[in-house]
Amino acid sequence: MSGHESTYEPKSDFTKWLDSRLPIVRLAHDSFVDFPTPKNLNYWYTFGGILAVCLVIQIITGVVLAMHYTATVDEAFGSVERIMRDVPYGWLIRNVHMVGASMFFLAVYVHMFRGLYYGSYKAPREVLWLLGCVIFLLMMATAFLGYMLPWGQMSLHGANVIINLFGAIPLVGEAIQSWLMGGPSVGNQTLQRFFSLHYLLPFMIAGVVILHIWALHVPGNNNPTGVEVQEVEKDTVPFHPYYTVKDGFAIVVFLIIFAVFVFYAPNVLGHADNYIEANPLVTPAHIVPEWYLLPFYAILRAITFNIGPIDAKLLGVIFMFGSIAVLFMLPWLDTSKVKSMRYRPVAKQFFFGFVVACLLLSWCGAENPDNPIIKMGDDKLVVNYVDSAGLEGSRVFTDYAPAAEFRTETVAAGGTASLGIQVAPAFRFLHLSQLMTLYYFAYFLVILPMLGLRERPKDEPDSIHHSVLGSSAPAMAPAE
Amino acid sequence: MQVLRPLLAGFGALAICLSADAAGGAKKASEPTGGWPFAKVPAGQVEAESVQRGFQVYKEVCSSCHGMKLLSYRNLAEKGGPFYSDEYPNANDNPLVKALAAEFEVLDPSPDEFGDPVYRPAIPADTFREPYPNEQAARAANGGALPPDLSVITKARGKGAEGDGATYIYSLLKGYPDFDEVKFRQDEEGNFVNYLEFDQGETVGELLQPMGVYYNPYFAGDATPQWSGDPRHVPYGGFIAMAPQLPDGRVEYMDGTEATTQQMAYDVAQFLHWAGDPKQGQRKSLALPVLIYLVFLSILLWFSYKRIWRNVAH
Repeated sequence: MSGHESTYEPKSDFTKWLDSRLPIVRLAHDSFVDFPTPKNLNYWYTFGGILAVCLVIQIITGVVLAMHYTATVDEAFGSVERIMRDVPYGWLIRNVHMVGASMFFLAVYVHMFRGLYYGSYKAPREVLWLLGCVIFLLMMATAFLGYMLPWGQMSLHGANVIINLFGAIPLVGEAIQSWLMGGPSVGNQTLQRFFSLHYLLPFMIAGVVILHIWALHVPGNNNPTGVEVQEVEKDTVPFHPYYTVKDGFAIVVFLIIFAVFVFYAPNVLGHADNYIEANPLVTPAHIVPEWYLLPFYAILRAITFNIGPIDAKLLGVIFMFGSIAVLFMLPWLDTSKVKSMRYRPVAKQFFFGFVVACLLLSWCGAENPDNPIIKMGDDKLVVNYVDSAGLEGSRVFTDYAPAAEFRTETVAAGGTASLGIQVAPAFRFLHLSQLMTLYYFAYFLVILPMLGLRERPKDEPDSIHHSVLGSSAPAMAPAE
Repeated sequence: MQVLRPLLAGFGALAICLSADAAGGAKKASEPTGGWPFAKVPAGQVEAESVQRGFQVYKEVCSSCHGMKLLSYRNLAEKGGPFYSDEYPNANDNPLVKALAAEFEVLDPSPDEFGDPVYRPAIPADTFREPYPNEQAARAANGGALPPDLSVITKARGKGAEGDGATYIYSLLKGYPDFDEVKFRQDEEGNFVNYLEFDQGETVGELLQPMGVYYNPYFAGDATPQWSGDPRHVPYGGFIAMAPQLPDGRVEYMDGTEATTQQMAYDVAQFLHWAGDPKQGQRKSLALPVLIYLVFLSILLWFSYKRIWRNVAH
């Protein structure tokens, strides 16, 4: 915390010598041992530590995998399998890396929702939030690049879909597209540059994580009340041992879930088609990204209409990137002075609505947009015919028998007829994804800005220790 | 929270609507009665005898069209493999696998001293012999269809849960209609055509089976163009270029097990499941120790947490 006196005292001659030259032990001590941390942090606050563990796991397993992986279109698929078959414990390393990507995103989403709920993006933590958004963006890029490497059907065709998005950008789109692919199509050169970048980005993430922790340690942690620390002795406890043990417990519980996936269902979070070697000539029936990118994929596909001169494809791309860009603007969109939604009963409802919208968007992303969710009426049969006199027409039937009879009669009379389905109107995944996209943007661009000005929040506690001790604060207490 | 509950209820209801509506496409594969031995929690393993029989089915039936390029003969005798023996910790020394490999002639990767190609009997380190020299030859021999490589076929089907792929293979291989269900008649031009009759609920009608392909309800596809009944109720599945391969008694099992269609489908599915992930035995035997360790550690940490925080209201 800024202004907090360092309590580190070097004991040995060596540490004294080092401390006057490079006070790195002092930095570690002040950041992770004696760092004053609000005493009321709940388990939602353990995901920062969990994420740090995820990053370390991904980097270590990734470095080992890279020792055995071959980044060529002819050998990539086989080399990943060889890691699982012939490298000692290669199956474990590969499964941990593969499941680890999903676990990383699971944790980052919980971490982000926690930040949204407790208003951790508000002053004085805007830079902390922005750096977090940068990390999230880098994570998505890394995951997308990594998914390409096993060179399965989804790797290739998923990469194709995403790279084609850039083609929608006017004027420079095609140039960017071929620059990304390193040629006219996704091929060996693309795989090699994706591998190179997949190795690079995690270290960039690690760098931004250091900035993220720095930006956290200047204002100090937010907490579930959203009330800033006032008296360090009463409101906080040192990070160690209080939060090392609490985070440690949460990390191990998280690792249990992680291990269940690694050992019992390593492939359940992926797509079976990625175990079919990539073939540019065969396109999978449904191209879907990994589960953690589904909400953004749903937003992309929700836009099926043009607005003015902007066509649907470009608009979809704009909305998809916009859905992440809006996170960067959040600190200035939310106008409420109250941080924690504990004290914002109306905003809280909209927040849970937002969580549900994100889950529904994931569901839409996984399904074919044309599939019905709720059917209105039954499908009917329609017979299109040209009778013997050359007159065209069509008749609609509910039951099959009369439709078939009519067709037979028309054909017997010398005409032609064909039987088809008239699909009943339905509420489809497309419609759901459009509604949820609308809510997603409305939450950030309309609800949070308006609500902050109009709502009447509940009274916040005087201080963290008041809230912890359960004594309700007097009504006239200042907000912050 | 008040808003959340109806939303969640709606979400659940929608999910139910969807699953009810998910009919169409391929028929849902069902696993053998009693489930797969390897899918049992906490440490299910493949049944070695069944995998051995499955390998026999692969060798005598499947391998004439399907390669398994990611497998070597040595894999069969490695730990977790069907022919592993404690006497031969190095699979390359296993006489059974040596003899098995020697049945096949392969092209040596290094030529002789004159630069001419050398053909020799395979050794355990060689990969399974490919049935065709290239894709074109494979297609030409199979009416244009390409028999897929079976190395990871069980991981490439289903939804990724343990045994999903094996269940698919099992259902597909025993899912062909019985021989006498496929009828034939002459069409208007005097050609013989094969057809199947359906009378299940609203799926009533006749399904023409085109030349060279075979109806299978578990094979993903669309049978609408061949269907004469109500197009809203087309039979499940589609047409596969592989003829039914496992009539009763197709192989004679060395261990005396009766080779019924179901038995062979079960054995070969289990063999392919093992082949798709040969280290799965190791994976599942490590699972429980790791989980016990983690649970124990979490209990220790929980009590440490309780103790450290005992004097701090939070």
